[in-house]
Formats: sequence, structure tokens, C-alpha cells
Amino acid sequence: MSVKKLLHDLVVLKNEHLNRRHFVLELKAPEPLPEILPGQFVQVLVEDSPTTFLRRPFSIHGYDPANNTFQLLIQIKGKGTHHLSLLKEGDKLNVMYPLGNSFSFPGGKNVLLVGGGCGVAPLLFLGQWLKAAGVNVTLLTGWKRKEDIFEEEAYRACGELLVTTEDGSAGEKGMVTGHSVFKSGRAFDRIYSCGPDRMMKAVAHIATRKGIECEVSLENTMACGFGVCLCCITPTNHGNQRVCIEGPVFDAKELGW
Amino acid sequence: MTDLSINIGNLKLKNPVMTASGTFGYGEEFRDFIDLGRLGGIVVKAVTGNNRDGNAYPRMAETPAGMLNSVGLQNKGVDHFVKEIYPKIKDFDTVIIVNVSGSTIDEYIEVAERINELEKIPAIELNISCPNVKQGGMAFGTIPSTATEVTAAVKKVYKKDLIVKLSPNVTSIGEMAKAVVDGGADMISLINTLLGMAIDAEKRTPVLSTITGGLSGPAIKPVALRMVYQVSKAVKVPVIGMGGIMNATDAIEFMLAGASAVQVGTANFIDPTVTMKIIDGIDAYCRLHKIAAARDLIFALNT
Repeated sequence: MSVKKLLHDLVVLKNEHLNRRHFVLELKAPEPLPEILPGQFVQVLVEDSPTTFLRRPFSIHGYDPANNTFQLLIQIKGKGTHHLSLLKEGDKLNVMYPLGNSFSFPGGKNVLLVGGGCGVAPLLFLGQWLKAAGVNVTLLTGWKRKEDIFEEEAYRACGELLVTTEDGSAGEKGMVTGHSVFKSGRAFDRIYSCGPDRMMKAVAHIATRKGIECEVSLENTMACGFGVCLCCITPTNHGNQRVCIEGPVFDAKELGW
Repeated sequence: MTDLSINIGNLKLKNPVMTASGTFGYGEEFRDFIDLGRLGGIVVKAVTGNNRDGNAYPRMAETPAGMLNSVGLQNKGVDHFVKEIYPKIKDFDTVIIVNVSGSTIDEYIEVAERINELEKIPAIELNISCPNVKQGGMAFGTIPSTATEVTAAVKKVYKKDLIVKLSPNVTSIGEMAKAVVDGGADMISLINTLLGMAIDAEKRTPVLSTITGGLSGPAIKPVALRMVYQVSKAVKVPVIGMGGIMNATDAIEFMLAGASAVQVGTANFIDPTVTMKIIDGIDAYCRLHKIAAARDLIFALNT
């Protein structure tokens, strides 16, 4: 299960700004990429930033082994991510990859992916993977307002796209957990979720009530990303587990959610 | 080619570069990145008498030029170490040292006795300096008489090289060094982390679940260098220096301040290959300055 971890200077092929706070970096590897699975993440070194000390973890947003590239969807949150947002085509970026476990799949014939904000990052890759495997994908995404929505076409290409916005400017008004899909009686074999903990917990509760398997992806703060610092632990029903090794994807039941 | 070998106590190190406890797991996690056989030594994660879950999340806060942690000695206990971990690491082609911790003197003794039986472990590092546990840890390392007592108690049952790791959270580091040498320490390693704190102003809460934690990284290097220098002047036993070493120049500075060897800690998190670069860098420095052996750098400070 443990794939060799790599440490490479990757080349920035593209830095596409989706809106004021989000951008997608496309990175190219110097040698053939190893197999990378949806849910896995990378640790990026932010160089030349005096205030950024540790690497920054990002989940893999897209993966194209034919071209030796993968994508990261990044939200500008602080100085490290701001620094990364300024990268230009041709710049080098030191990256440790691939890290962590992955979502389990195919997970059934009909699956629901639930993402909030930047939590959609690993779900696009997962949706693409599942569609290619012949799974019927429904992707439910939650946003603050219509202007925040990005990459709609890419999500639609994976399957049915459902949207909620907090102000009702697009899709259904409210949070993802209030979406009518949960009241429609539609049967899903599995739910995969990524986003704020509060959202994922609420999604997990719905899944439990309906007796649907549910996997969530955590983003605990970490120092190393490869299992030695023991900073990113989460309590589970079998003791503390490292989000960077045993995770980031957990069965919601394991977490007691 | 420089002679990088260092002999301290009965330990024969290939070079002065070791890894610091708690930053290198049990070594296995680094096999994807480096040849462990090139290291001077590995100090594995702290081992206590029984299983410890450690502290609650969040355990880490990034700070300017460093980080705070409050892991709290999470480990599965000495029995697990002896049965499950030791067989996997005993044949690494480097010096393996076990960091030993406890809440009571009896626990330190119990763990030291068990590790004493392990043929391929030539030394222990007595951790009387962990700031992240409620009982024991740093409490043993901040009062000289207690530090002497725990060192002497372990020395009675531990027959190989006894390294004592000092806490920087004291008024006089020289006095602490003398106290552990009085107790029978064969070597001293320092510094453990500095007690610190981070606050989230937006949430108006501490960042760490334990409120305070241990500061590491380049932010603490000047303090660590000063303390290594003071300890090297205060006692005759070999000193192993650490605290914010990120590159070969940092390591050389510690040796000039009196350290016979160094430990690299937090830097491993950012670059798991950093120890290899440091070894190569010490070699390059010695060749450039026409220094025949790395040991010639020890306390070679012009003052």
C-alpha cells in the first residue's frame, strides 16, 4: 500500500487564477509520475518567504499521467499561499508526493460527492476517476454566493452537479446539508465529503441516519506530512491516527461522527 | 576526503550528524529519502513505561522561523518498542540511541533496564526536558538536585553510555550540566525545546490544546549556541548540540561552540534529506579550510 514518496523540483506549467482567492497550479514532474489516487496530497515548500517555515499541504485536484502533470487547487489564506499565488509559468516548486491514503472506490454504482468551498479540491479528481470507472457521480457543492463558483464545467463533466449558495444567488439557498437531494429519497451507495469539519460532520450524520457509507477527508495542521512529527493526529475508535499516513481519508464511523 | 568520524564515550560515529528524538520517528519513515547508513546516529522517538496517547489536537503551531509542538510523548511503551520496533531497526548501519522518558524515577529506571538488554543499542538519551507532559519530563530537568537524582538512579541500572538531554528552560544551564555529571552522565545533549505559546487573535484562543508548547527551529538557534558554549565550558564530558540546525554552517557553529556532535531536528520535517546535505557540507567546509578531521572543529572557537 505504501508507495515510495518522492521529493522533486516540479515545473509550474500554469497558474490559473479562478477568482480573487483561489488558483490552480499545474505542475510537471521530471520523470514519469507514480500512480496517484484521489484523496492523496502533497507537501509544497514555499521558498524565499521569510515568514513561511513549514511546507504547505494541498490535496491533488487533478492528475494527468500521460503528460506527467497534476494540479493543486489552492485558497489564498496567508503569506505562504499568497506567495504561491504569485508563481509564474516555468518557476520551480519543491514538492513531496504522493502522501496519505486515498478514498476507497468504486464504492457502489451511485455515489454522492459533497464539497464545501475549497473542499472541492480532491473531489474533482475523485469525480473524474469514478466517472472513468463507470460510476454514476452526483456532485453537491456549497458556496457563499454565485460569484464564488468556479470550474463548473469540469464538475459537470463528472456527472450531475448540484449547487447551494448561502445567499441563494445560485442553486438552492442554504447549506449543502439542507439540499433537497437528501430529502428526495434518492439512493446512494456511498458519500464522499471534503470541506470544513462542521460540514463534514453534518454530512456524516445524514449518512448514518440513512445507512449510507461515508468517507471524509481531514485537513489537520501538520509539520512533516510523512508520519514522524505526530502533530496531525485525530482521535479514532482505535486510538490516535495520523492524518498524514492513516488519513487524510477516514470512514466517518471511525471518527465517531 | 575529510575524516568525519567522531568518538564520544564508547560511541563511534561515522560523522557528527545525528537526528533528534521526536523528529525522525524510528528511522523507517526516512528510507524513501535517504540512506540511513550514512548518518552519524539516530535518536529514536521517546519511549516511556506504558502506552501514551499524547496530548489532544491541535498539537502544532507554525511561528516565525520555527514551530511550537505539544505532542506529549505519544508512544506505545517500552514493551512494544522492545518487541515490535527494535527488531526492525536493530540492523540499521548506524548508531541507534533510544530517548528514554517517564513520569517518575521508577519509570525511567524501568525503561532504562529494558533498553539495557538490547544488544544493538549502545546508548540512551535520558529525556528530563520534555515541556509537554504534566508529570515528569521537564520537571526532572529544571531542579539540579532532582536532575542528579534521576541520572544517578538510571546510571545504576544502565550499563552503557548515558546521555542526558537538558532543558533550556532553566536559570543556569551550566549548573544543570554539572548536576547531571555529578549523577553520572557520560554525555550531555542540549537543547530540548523552549517553552512557548501561540495565540489566535481572531478566535482569542491559544493555538495549542495544551496552551503552551515547545519551540524549535532556527528561532532558538542563538539560545542553543549560547547554552552549548556555556555547558562546554562548565563540564568535561562530551556535548551533543542541537537547536535550530538547518544546514552545515549551523552544525559547524555548534561544533565550534563546543559540541562533539550535533542533532538535527525540526529541519527533517521540511527537508527529509537535510542530514545528507549537512554531512556533505561539513566535509566541504573542512576541505575548503584545510581541516583534516571534523573533530578538529570541536570547541575550536577563537575568542
